[in-house]
Amino acid sequence: MSTQAGATPVKSRATISRRTFLASSAAAGGALVVGLTLRNRLRHLSRDASQDPFDAWIRIHPDGQTQLVLNKSEMGQGIFTALPMILAEEAEIDFPRITVVQADNAEGTGGSGSVWEGYKPLRQAGAQVREVMIAAAARRWSVPAKECRARNSEVIHTPSGHRLSYAALVQDARRLPLPDPNTVPLKDPKDFTLLGRSVPHLDIPDKVRGAARFGMDVRVPGMVYAVVAQCPYFRGDLLRFDAAAAKAVPGVIDVFDIPTEPESANQNTREVAVVATNTWAAMQGRKALATEWRPGQYHDESTESLTAQLRASLYAQEYWNSTNTGLNPDTVPAAKRLECVYEFPFLAHATMEPMNVTVRLEDGRCEIWSPTQAGNGTQESAAKFFSLDKRNVTVHVTFMGGGFGRRFGETYDHQAFQIVRRIRRSVQLVWTREDDFTHDRYRPACMHRLRGGIDDQGNLISWTDRIADTTIIGQRDPKQAQAYELGGAVDQPYPAPYFRMSYVPVESGITRGAWRGVEIAFNVFAVECFVDELAYLAGRDPYLFRRRLLVNAASHVTARRSNFDGQLADPTRTIEMLDLVTEKAGWGKPLGPNRGRGISCFYSKTTYLAQVAEVMVKDGSLRVDRVVTVVDPGRVINMNGIRAQIEGAVLMGLSAALKERITVKNGMIQEQNFDGYDMLRMPDVPELETYLVEGGRPPGGMGEPPLALIAPSIGNAIFAATGKRLRRLPFQLDEASS
Amino acid sequence: MARFTLEINGRQQTVDADPEMPLLWVLRDLLNMTGTKYGCGMGLCGACTVHIDGSAMRSCQTAVATATGKQIVTIEGLAANGLHRVQQAWIAEQVPQCGYCQPGQIMSAAGLLAQNPHPTDSEIADAMSGNLCRCATYHRIRNAIRRAAAETHS
Repeated sequence: MSTQAGATPVKSRATISRRTFLASSAAAGGALVVGLTLRNRLRHLSRDASQDPFDAWIRIHPDGQTQLVLNKSEMGQGIFTALPMILAEEAEIDFPRITVVQADNAEGTGGSGSVWEGYKPLRQAGAQVREVMIAAAARRWSVPAKECRARNSEVIHTPSGHRLSYAALVQDARRLPLPDPNTVPLKDPKDFTLLGRSVPHLDIPDKVRGAARFGMDVRVPGMVYAVVAQCPYFRGDLLRFDAAAAKAVPGVIDVFDIPTEPESANQNTREVAVVATNTWAAMQGRKALATEWRPGQYHDESTESLTAQLRASLYAQEYWNSTNTGLNPDTVPAAKRLECVYEFPFLAHATMEPMNVTVRLEDGRCEIWSPTQAGNGTQESAAKFFSLDKRNVTVHVTFMGGGFGRRFGETYDHQAFQIVRRIRRSVQLVWTREDDFTHDRYRPACMHRLRGGIDDQGNLISWTDRIADTTIIGQRDPKQAQAYELGGAVDQPYPAPYFRMSYVPVESGITRGAWRGVEIAFNVFAVECFVDELAYLAGRDPYLFRRRLLVNAASHVTARRSNFDGQLADPTRTIEMLDLVTEKAGWGKPLGPNRGRGISCFYSKTTYLAQVAEVMVKDGSLRVDRVVTVVDPGRVINMNGIRAQIEGAVLMGLSAALKERITVKNGMIQEQNFDGYDMLRMPDVPELETYLVEGGRPPGGMGEPPLALIAPSIGNAIFAATGKRLRRLPFQLDEASS
Repeated sequence: MARFTLEINGRQQTVDADPEMPLLWVLRDLLNMTGTKYGCGMGLCGACTVHIDGSAMRSCQTAVATATGKQIVTIEGLAANGLHRVQQAWIAEQVPQCGYCQPGQIMSAAGLLAQNPHPTDSEIADAMSGNLCRCATYHRIRNAIRRAAAETHS
């Protein structure tokens, strides 16, 4: 088991450059080029089916320098270090010789998929490189290839000790056929020398110097700045506006109305663009602008009305259900029964860099600079909007001040296109913090009604879960919603002889979207709190109660397949996580008055996790003191990066659990800035202890799964400390009910 | 509009600006110094933190007219040569994820250590409570400040 960051960090001279990618071997100036596909589940988000067969390329130049061109976005998750590590390991390339190149028009990046999905294709492509270099050297020396091996960008003839560098072999290698990626031999993982080590992220030096260029930092000659006055009501309407005062603000260049994007919350209306010589003047111009908006069909929607609608839906006619026996579990005899309702608010992404995009339209070409998780989507919508061939539209993907599922373009891209078409100048469109809070795609508000029964031996007999959810997918098609939004609940790991799950989508004017973890970020709270409640109902320790259920799951083939990817979890791995986390956390040791420990566990995206949180509840205030997290991620690629993802996800989840809530009144979002929507700050940060256990499988997803556990760990700890259950997020101690 | 001369990172810079224009936008849009970030415009998130006469200040709340005659230091000028020890600690602890808030975090931390070379954890928490990080790198920020403080001999 590895509990600490690995051995000596690899020193890297590699830097990230971002430039236009030219795929052809000819353009690569005599380099050996190997294409590969990083099996991207988000590819279906692209509206254009005509795709290059490859979405990543390896180029080894005659000087030995190697470029890995990635059609992916780096948003702080560390893939621009982890993915080249996989290549270096398998291809036997000296890691500092690899430079990551950001491909223009990068495809959808999200869903914790980059390392998880890229591991095998990158290893296969790396093995192609290694084997073709060995073949080239063997020919040069006229020796059998099996007498040769590769190491540190060199091929070595073992019997003679002769060496040839990859650089010297590039020209020969280019003339040889590449081995078949599906049959090329892969390294035995026990021979790995780089994977699992702690490697510094290549982009960090620029980020601490203030030199990293984010979307808002893009400066194009002659550019102007714009903000847009958007309808504060969902599906509202612009009645009239008076631009005179706004135009009088120094620096304001023009003020005009533009049609809204068809898929935005304010479809079929207009909004008002203010263009100025600098961002602040544009903001001042918008303040001076007189606008009159009319509320639309959702004018009386409020948090209270939505809560009532969600609550009613917990008892209403179901839209969909799934059952393992066909029987209603609530009618099966049980010694004790429990029913609990869990409740989640809308949440904002609140990326630290607000939405923005920079567009230049010149000589029939469109260039876009965007901090985006889906540059290809922006490319396609720009081509359509300006009636350009897609080849004449280039989206330069910049550094991104946070993604978390927020940055998939659409509304703000459309606004910038409208403005550029009108003013015929390069423009940077900026959403202010207020725009971002009030026009986000929010994490859905949701409720769970869970019912369970246990027999007189404390065995779990029945489990019934009803979800009522303002769905994401269901905004377009409610019939699709249950396929995507029940993850963590419909596939929860605890076997019950009688299991039933049902679903009711709830209509709302509030636009919803993916928020780090998507459905698991709230469904797991309900499941992991409810199983805890059942443990106490059965008079058992919540760790041992879970453990016994998982032992049952392991001995009977009753495990449910992951709702996300159809993978079958191995309950014995979850048991090992629970055993380790309780050992590390000192489970069962006395903590003293007003303190408590809470436990939770989870499997998602082939990653296994368990967690124990310690809290103190005193004088009406809650303090989280310590969080111990144990993770089996499969194989660790970069120990530094994986720990960063776990720590960040735990604390972002803590922020949601303790602080965050979007509220609605009269069809408008109430929170405008960080004063109304506070997030986790340094005084709230507990000590984090994170332990990694490599389970010998390929790497799993890591950006999202660790976020799901912290809220139930804390909810369960609050109960242990106080005897009171808090079933609504964010936790508010004055709501405690026993 | 008026003309202002500012001393930024030891250099005199002249700008024509509305006296009320926040220093943040003077830096970013008039002087093309984009290391200082916009996050909220209300002094709530700390992304725009700079040093003014040695103290960490929110540049989004500092009108350009009030910044004349003062020594302004931004992330680009925090270290005269190479990297400030806080920046070195940030690299050693591998703090940044997306990185957007980090110039502000670093300026706040450097401001803290300049006034209090060996802060306690609760002093760190107080001094850094005005800086938000959505990637929630707080755990490593705290470790980096502890490291920078430990490396200070005074």
